Amino acid sequence: MTTPTHFNAAARWLHWSMALMIVSMLFIGVGMMASVSARPWLIDLHRPLGIAILMLAVLRLRNRLRSPTPALPSTLPQWQKTAAHASHWLLYGLMLSMPLIGWAMLSAGGFPVQISPSFVLPPILPQDVTLYAALRALHGWLAYLLFATVLMHVSAALLHAWVFRDGVFPAMTRGRDR
Amino acid sequence: MHESEPTPSAPPAAPPPAPDAEVAGAARPATGRLLALAGIGVIALGSAGAFAWTAGWLGGDRLTAPELIGAIEANGTAHPGFRRAHAKGVCVSGTFRGTGQGRALSRAEAFSGMPVPVLGRLSIGGGNPHDPDNTARVRSMALQFGGPDASQWRMAMNSFPFLAVATPEAFHAQTVAQRPDPATGKPDPAAMPAFLAAHPRARAFQQWAKTAPWSDSWANTSYNSVNAFRFIDADGGERFVRWSMRPHAAFHALDAAERERADADFLAADLQARLEQGPLHWDMVVTLAAPGDPVDDPSRPWPDTREQVVSGTLTLVHAEPQATGECRDVNFDPLILPPGVAASDDPILAARSAAYSQSFNRRQREIALGRGDAATAPEHAQ
Repeated sequence: MTTPTHFNAAARWLHWSMALMIVSMLFIGVGMMASVSARPWLIDLHRPLGIAILMLAVLRLRNRLRSPTPALPSTLPQWQKTAAHASHWLLYGLMLSMPLIGWAMLSAGGFPVQISPSFVLPPILPQDVTLYAALRALHGWLAYLLFATVLMHVSAALLHAWVFRDGVFPAMTRGRDR
Repeated sequence: MHESEPTPSAPPAAPPPAPDAEVAGAARPATGRLLALAGIGVIALGSAGAFAWTAGWLGGDRLTAPELIGAIEANGTAHPGFRRAHAKGVCVSGTFRGTGQGRALSRAEAFSGMPVPVLGRLSIGGGNPHDPDNTARVRSMALQFGGPDASQWRMAMNSFPFLAVATPEAFHAQTVAQRPDPATGKPDPAAMPAFLAAHPRARAFQQWAKTAPWSDSWANTSYNSVNAFRFIDADGGERFVRWSMRPHAAFHALDAAERERADADFLAADLQARLEQGPLHWDMVVTLAAPGDPVDDPSRPWPDTREQVVSGTLTLVHAEPQATGECRDVNFDPLILPPGVAASDDPILAARSAAYSQSFNRRQREIALGRGDAATAPEHAQ
């Protein structure tokens, strides 16, 4: 099978919808921790959106592992290719672990993991001060890491789109030419 | 094949080609590239700036939750591991049983009529967990109905009938006005008059604090929701309510002389003595707002002619020190609500949830880092 020039439709749809969801989550997350007025509705959004990202991330990983992905241009220096691949795996790691850390954190804090007014997820950890404190710190620091990684990812993508113009950006915006 | 990219400092050797005449995959001419790079920079910096603003790190004007808790912390010395407000208290437990009248108002499972397990905390106002009980004007009761499922309901009530202020900004201003000057140990004498000039309705609270009798026990104190909530019945009908836990134990005033003589921890000792005689009860009295009543302003009480309904009875059977009790690691966030109960738009309610989260995170972190021994070690001779 030849390496494709574009990501498949599932990958593209998941990429753009999850990009919107993940960026929203990052802003919702820091906003709800800072705000004295908006926390209630922000946090009520944050939990279900987080679980939705988790479920979509699982589908996305499955799709990624099962379908070939386009190669980066041969003219790209090796260090850039390595950085790109590493950052993508970091993004996968973070989009899968952040919702789980949030779920675990609420469990360890003894909070009901409320996804909707009448639906809660079961706790995945027993209530424990040390676990809660550790997961609370981890959730925050990894959120900042995720934001920084997203910024670099977007900046690099726009470099490919607007400066290198090397086919990398269209690989994620449209399917293969027929 | 790709052209090699011109170095950024080299001027173009030829006039820049028209944009659509470029070979597919060719790098852009220098001015176009500069624009593109500038655009990317603007997007990256703008996004980072927006993130920082949302997080409260930039654009300092608006009050944030960390600042609110920071203001409270700045009014006293640090007590690692303890709640930042209502720091001194005891854990309690028991049950709640709803009435038919409660069920008619709200479909919350707490009103089902079946006994619901209750974990709670009785406390006094103030940020110092070692304050003597006789200095505390405010007494509080926090409760958690039910287990870790969707029907859990947490509430945090106070012995005052209304709040001094109506907004978190005013609360912050009041906190700052009360800040002791490190030199004198007392607040700046001009600060509170200035605050009252800007927030005249706060005088009503000060009047209550000066004149209302003190009770001599946690057991015979009423605890009020102060903020209004919405009760939603089985048909989706909504009503604005406030509620009070009204004690069965007869009120007994603590006069000035008794207060002077009272032990530092007389409230906990009294509570334990009463519980040894039998359970303690409170009726959950729900007051229904009439149309036009202020439901988003906790500083405005409703007329006492409003319809009241007993929606259930709280029974407390056991108390234990908070250092080792189950209530220690609970955040009694009054916005953890079951189906059948919802928040009003009272800005203080939203701010309480935000502030309690800050306090909870800080104290749990302190305990986890081993700095919370005073808050977690079994107490001696309580």
